[in-house]
Amino acid sequence: MSANTFKSQPPRRAGRAASVLSGLLENKYLGWVALAAALLAPLLTASPYSLNVMTTAAIFVMLAAGLNIVVGYCGLLDLGYIAFMAVGAYTSGIVSRAFDLPLLFTIPAVLVMTILAGLIIGAPTLRLRSDYLAIVTLGFGEITRITANNLAVTGGPSGIYGIPKLLTFGDFSVHSPAVFYYVTILIVAFFVLASARLGKSRLGRAWRFVKEDEDAAEAMGIHTYKVKLMAYIFGAVWGGFAGVLFASHLTAISPKTFIFLQSALVLMAVVLGGMGNMRGVVVGALVISLLPEMLRDLSEYRYLAFGLLLVVAMVFRPKGLWPARPHEDERKKKKEPQETAVDAAVARGESR
Amino acid sequence: MSVVLGVTDLQIAFGGVKAVDGLTFEVHEKEIIAVIGPNGAGKTSAFNCITGFYKPTGGSVVMEGTNITGKRPADIAAVGVARTFQNLRLFNDLTVLDNVRAGMHLNRGQSWADAIFHTPRFKRSEAAYTEEAHYWLDFVNFEGPRGVPIANLSYGQQKQVEISRALARKSKLLLLDEPAAGLNYTEKQNLLELCRRIRDLGTSIVLIEHDMGLVMELSERIVVMNFGSEIAMGTPAEVKANPAVIEAYLGKDEEAEIDGNA
Repeated sequence: MSANTFKSQPPRRAGRAASVLSGLLENKYLGWVALAAALLAPLLTASPYSLNVMTTAAIFVMLAAGLNIVVGYCGLLDLGYIAFMAVGAYTSGIVSRAFDLPLLFTIPAVLVMTILAGLIIGAPTLRLRSDYLAIVTLGFGEITRITANNLAVTGGPSGIYGIPKLLTFGDFSVHSPAVFYYVTILIVAFFVLASARLGKSRLGRAWRFVKEDEDAAEAMGIHTYKVKLMAYIFGAVWGGFAGVLFASHLTAISPKTFIFLQSALVLMAVVLGGMGNMRGVVVGALVISLLPEMLRDLSEYRYLAFGLLLVVAMVFRPKGLWPARPHEDERKKKKEPQETAVDAAVARGESR
Repeated sequence: MSVVLGVTDLQIAFGGVKAVDGLTFEVHEKEIIAVIGPNGAGKTSAFNCITGFYKPTGGSVVMEGTNITGKRPADIAAVGVARTFQNLRLFNDLTVLDNVRAGMHLNRGQSWADAIFHTPRFKRSEAAYTEEAHYWLDFVNFEGPRGVPIANLSYGQQKQVEISRALARKSKLLLLDEPAAGLNYTEKQNLLELCRRIRDLGTSIVLIEHDMGLVMELSERIVVMNFGSEIAMGTPAEVKANPAVIEAYLGKDEEAEIDGNA
């Protein structure tokens, strides 16, 4: 066998196939393709049941996008994330019913309350790391649920029902399931995109620096407390807005909705998808929310199968289905011409 | 020459152990100073006090007229102190370029809203970050790949990236903790030349180093520590001739010069 034939053997073709696949997966228009698929999905199936499942899945994607900021980018393990969704849902429900407003107009109140909630959970836990942080956030989630269970303004154990529509003007209101599905998809798409873009910005890099090595980040002048608080606040706002959509979708909320299992499921979506990679997290969230529906035929064995599939997935893909693969293009241009601007600035002693 | 860093009677104790006990030295503009001493002499503890990772139990640290004693590391970095660590402290899962960008975090130029809406301001700012990251990697003569996770690189290349990350901070003072450890002869020669170019940028350097050949050739003044105390300070020639230094390194009643690898 000559060296030549050896070279053109299957491994090379497999390599090419893999690079084509990774090229597709890294394609920057992939997000738009996914959005188009979501918008076209009702053409395939638009029964009330399937619209309900898809809307719920979209809201779940938004929750996972928010938790990805906290856990995936910044590395702050949060076991009570669903509390932020509760804060958003209750705030919008209470305010809209008290002032007879469509839910859309409760957004300023939701913003204020979720940011407050983010600060309340964030500020006291800034010094904590990993396990300790997980326990405190777990407690925060339970405190929120139990508080809602015991307050009069939140309707106690029976919760709040008859929550108004997202938007009403004149005769028009967002109440048909199809219209609500489209509105939800557009809102969720915006938040997913925003979360992905934040991950690739100055703030997003600071989150990753803190996740990787807090001390080294501090030594570079990164105020780790501020950066972590920002992660909590962004995560809280994402969760809060998901709560508004959720309240509008179900028109009724109760403390039973915001149990620990929900927090665990959102975290599972982030870990299964691939921490820190927004695309992977969307896939993870869709798997976690849609798989139990697809396994409905197995009736009582449904969750057994679901659990087994998750275990298998984590055994074969320990870093998640689609983990973050940090990679950047190498410099293409010749270095001579492009150096001069910085050179001059450095020579002048400027800092930008 | 103006004083950049003034350390006066610096002390830190862990329980009963005085890791640093009365360290005093000044760093002038464009000066290279070495801190030497046997293992456990308190050199790294002193660095950690200066950069805010430890809170000193006594004494003061003044950077260009600002008292930075006991402040947060991030605030001290903002005043103009950059450092490297004894054992590499890089962001292992991130790319080489991202690691260097960490040093530029204090360069403003974009907000989170710019990032979400990809405003022209954001694109300009990101382009500037990338260009400057390449500049500092070129400055340290880094020749490895720049778009891959830094964990994939060799030790020597990682050391180069750590220095360029600190340089990207563009600070007046650079603290290098054992920059030559684990480097071969050629790499040490390159480091020597690099330190001089850094000084020529207007940055003062304080380095902890065990390689005496490098220390003697590079530094203008040397601070010698032993058991937390400062036992000598002066030019390389003065320190070499100092009996206390000879004793600390070679023990008593030993007539030998400190040279080569200690």
